[in-house]
Formats: sequence, C-alpha cells, structure tokens
Amino acid sequence: MKILVQAEAFDLGAEVAAMGKGRTDIGAIASFVGLARDLNEGSGVAAMTLEHYPGMTEKALAKLVDEANARWTLLDVTVIHRVGRLLPGDPIVLVAVASQHRGEAFAACEFIMDYLKTQAPFWKKEETPEGERWVEARASDDAAAARWTDS
Amino acid sequence: MKLRVLYFARLRERFGVAEETLEFDGASAADLVAHLQARGGAWAEELAAGRAFRVAVNQDIVTLDATLPDHAEVAIFPPVTGG
Repeated sequence: MKILVQAEAFDLGAEVAAMGKGRTDIGAIASFVGLARDLNEGSGVAAMTLEHYPGMTEKALAKLVDEANARWTLLDVTVIHRVGRLLPGDPIVLVAVASQHRGEAFAACEFIMDYLKTQAPFWKKEETPEGERWVEARASDDAAAARWTDS
Repeated sequence: MKLRVLYFARLRERFGVAEETLEFDGASAADLVAHLQARGGAWAEELAAGRAFRVAVNQDIVTLDATLPDHAEVAIFPPVTGG
C-alpha cells in the first residue's frame, strides 16, 4: 500500500509498473486519474489551489484504503493526491488497485475515489475571470459515496 | 479544558485565523460551536444552524454530540472538495 500527499506530479505508468514489479500473482490493475479542468460551474478556470489538513489527510486516506481492503481481496493499492497550485490539464489524483481479477480492482478503485471525494480533507480554490472562489461540495458526490452503504 | 482549534479553507479565510488555543469549559463539539458562534460576525454566520461545516476531533470527523477530550485537536472546516 502506498499513500502520498505531494505537490509534485506523478507518473501513472511508473506507479502501475511499480505495483507489479517482482510479483506474478496480480491479474488486474485498475487505475483512475483525476485532472484539473478548465471549466467549472460555467466559468473558465485558469488555475486551482488545493489545500489540505496535514496529518488528518494521510489518516483519512489510509482509513478508506483499509475499508476497501475489508470489502475486497486486494493485492496492492496506491493513492497519490496532489496539493498546491495546479493548472488545467494537470493530474490531481491517482488511485490504482491491484487484485487477482478485474471485478475487484474496478470496484475498489471506484469505491476509494467515491469515499475520497467526501471523506478526505482537501479543498479546491479556483481562479476564474470573476475572481477566486472556493469550490462547493456537490450533492452528487455524497450520493456516489452513499451507494456503497445502501447496497 | 484546553483545546487546539484549527480552521481550513473558506472558514479559515472568513474567520481570519488558521489556528488558536482555547480555554473552554464546555463538554461537546456542539458546546464549542456555540461558544464560537457567540463571537458574532462571520463566526455566527458560518456556524449557524443549517450551515454546512464539518468538525474533526483528533483528526477524525465527528458529529456535534461528540465529547471533546482535554487537549484535543479540533478542526472546523467546510465540506471537502478534493479528488
């Protein structure tokens, strides 16, 4: 398991390759990369700054990876989330999950992202032509996370 | 009790403070919120009933009925927007 909160960019290929290195029991790796968009709520976004709660962030991410491990048989998980100022097109977050079969890898990857969106203490502030603004939490993100407890 | 209270993101900006140490004689997270609301201004506005904010005690999100241990690290912040 690898959990990182960092300002630097990450390399998806390198992270996925590292998961499989030296082992032959992995049958599937599902990965997700979230990117900074240039448009949100109808305004152009020139840049965004991600703030977090050092200490709690790492703890919250570890907790949601533990929950994924309790639900599925996973062989490895990598979560990397960036902080600081990011430009449109920059990668923000990487989640990669390794398992024996694809079903578990796909499901756990989506679960971790859905929980990260509602549980991990990160906040985005956007720079738009109208000035700076904090991104508001979305009800659709709460609904996405709630799916995993309703079923 | 003595508490270390942290504020993040929009609330940090609205309150104009990132961190403070408080001498406080309440017991629960709700008591602390009421204590802060009583400061008026942005505090009263942002922490009013029905406003969306989260409280974490020693780095775990809690509900307002949670008891605060002495010397706890309490954080108050808007709903999260990472990912």
